[in-house]
Amino acid sequence: MKDTPLSNCERDFLLKAIEEKKRLDGRQTYDYRKMKITFGTDYGCCFVDLGKTRVMAQVSGELVAPKENRPNEGIMFFNIELSPMASPAFEQGRQSELSVKLNRQLERCLRNSKCIDTESLCVVSGEKVWQIRVDVHMLNHDGNLMDAASIAAITALCHFKRPDVSIQGDEVTVYSPEEREPIPLSIYHMPISVSFSFFQQGTYLLVDPCEREERVMDGLLMIAMNKHREICSIQSSGGIMLLKEQVMRCSKIASVKVSEITELISKALENDKRARKAGGRCGFAESMPQERITALKTDETSVEMTDASERANDIVENAEVPPQTVPSPVVPAPGVGQVGREGDVVEISDSEEEEVVILHPETQDKSSKNAASSSNQKGAET
Amino acid sequence: MMEVCGSTNVSLREFGCEQTLLSRPDGSASFVQGDTSVIAAVYGPAEVKVSKEIYDRATLEVLIQPKVGLPSVRERSQEQCVRETCEASLLLTLHPRSSLTLVLQLIHDDGSRLACFLNAACMALMDAGLPMSCLFCGVTCAINADSEIITDPTAESRALMTFAIDSKEQRVMMSYTKGSFSVHELQQCIAVSQKASENIFQFYRDSVRRRYSKNL
Repeated sequence: MKDTPLSNCERDFLLKAIEEKKRLDGRQTYDYRKMKITFGTDYGCCFVDLGKTRVMAQVSGELVAPKENRPNEGIMFFNIELSPMASPAFEQGRQSELSVKLNRQLERCLRNSKCIDTESLCVVSGEKVWQIRVDVHMLNHDGNLMDAASIAAITALCHFKRPDVSIQGDEVTVYSPEEREPIPLSIYHMPISVSFSFFQQGTYLLVDPCEREERVMDGLLMIAMNKHREICSIQSSGGIMLLKEQVMRCSKIASVKVSEITELISKALENDKRARKAGGRCGFAESMPQERITALKTDETSVEMTDASERANDIVENAEVPPQTVPSPVVPAPGVGQVGREGDVVEISDSEEEEVVILHPETQDKSSKNAASSSNQKGAET
Repeated sequence: MMEVCGSTNVSLREFGCEQTLLSRPDGSASFVQGDTSVIAAVYGPAEVKVSKEIYDRATLEVLIQPKVGLPSVRERSQEQCVRETCEASLLLTLHPRSSLTLVLQLIHDDGSRLACFLNAACMALMDAGLPMSCLFCGVTCAINADSEIITDPTAESRALMTFAIDSKEQRVMMSYTKGSFSVHELQQCIAVSQKASENIFQFYRDSVRRRYSKNL
């Protein structure tokens, strides 16, 4: 399915508005959209809403053999799925350019910055380590997928708890969450990416572009930083030429934004921890907004069963008698199988030409299988 | 021959639904049954690839995305179940040479997955405004060691069945079963599912009435 192309009127309008420092949704140049972070029922599931852009991240872990050149370290695997749900332009299974770009950026942001202690993921050196897999699914594309994905990924990693293991000699026992409390991952710092879009050959800059703005931008600068003002990765794409001062200014803006976002993430994690300790139910079902008219929830209902039993009995009694089972096949001559009595017979023969199977309606269930290919002298199988 | 063991344990978990939660798709809905939650999104009628076009009807494509990993054979078989149910109820001949894409994302699985997919699909198709000849809903029925339960979570059962029931005459549109059971038990499960589907259809009516009570 193709996405609707952007009309020239829209493009001109957006560019002119940006020249006058106006954005479609009324934000200022450096403003982020409203961000909401919620968690799912199990550990490691996180939803991030950045304006209308929605992203879900799920972290899971399993025990595998480590890489040969790194026998003491666990393995981190990142996967960003551009689900066809998010935009009509995304296709299932196709590794589009955007998908490759996002995957690569997320890997650089999280893996190369060494924000997770991979040595703590080792169970038996050289034999068993934890493989932590982060799947990020895009649910709705309204611009700035990279930022939303990086926030979702790091929050899900902070939220995730892996099962406890114990080693006795050669035996490795993995405890279920009911037996022993699962353990959180050890995370050194939280790198978060901030995107800057440039227009008119670098003259104008916007933070957190929405989908329309992304379509008319000239280039994108993505800076991944943590709250300690350490830059984890910088990537500039689109072929724009930026001055040194512009890049420095962007990194200063990024540090402010990253500290705000880190604050929001920590608060969300705190709230979730408190809610789980209090024993309440947590998850997507709970975080569904109740006051909206587009949402409705009912309680547990019982089903009226008064005449279901009688109805079922009636149906069974009044049903037709099933047809008699066809007797097993007979081999009258080598290479010929016969199913059924004389008169309603299907011949399944082993000749070399392509033969058309003569189908009689009465025995169709037994005879519709392969015609001439079986070299088994016993004929058709039942 | 096993009898249905009273009506004491036949109940449906609480369910909830939110419509139009995503801005890009033409129709979207999330459906929650207990802890099992699913998001469905519909795009269509839209342009179709020439290789997939059908001259007199719309081409419906269903995609199921699991939570972890890539879609596997299990998802493919569930996609087929959902697609056949939708094709039976959508009026596809009104949009020839177009494509309808239905994407289902699993958020959390706590049992009755396929039924939840079917319910979310129906609500998303309604939200997209696609013409349908009837609504459909999914109900899961399980037979455990000695009695019958509906929308069974993850407990062990001798047989697990999912039926898609239509709204006009409560007939079975699709069935997907696992395990062994007798003909008698099958008919009892179908009868119970038909009864349960009435609750679900009432819920559809209530949600849609609430949704359109105001002009958004």
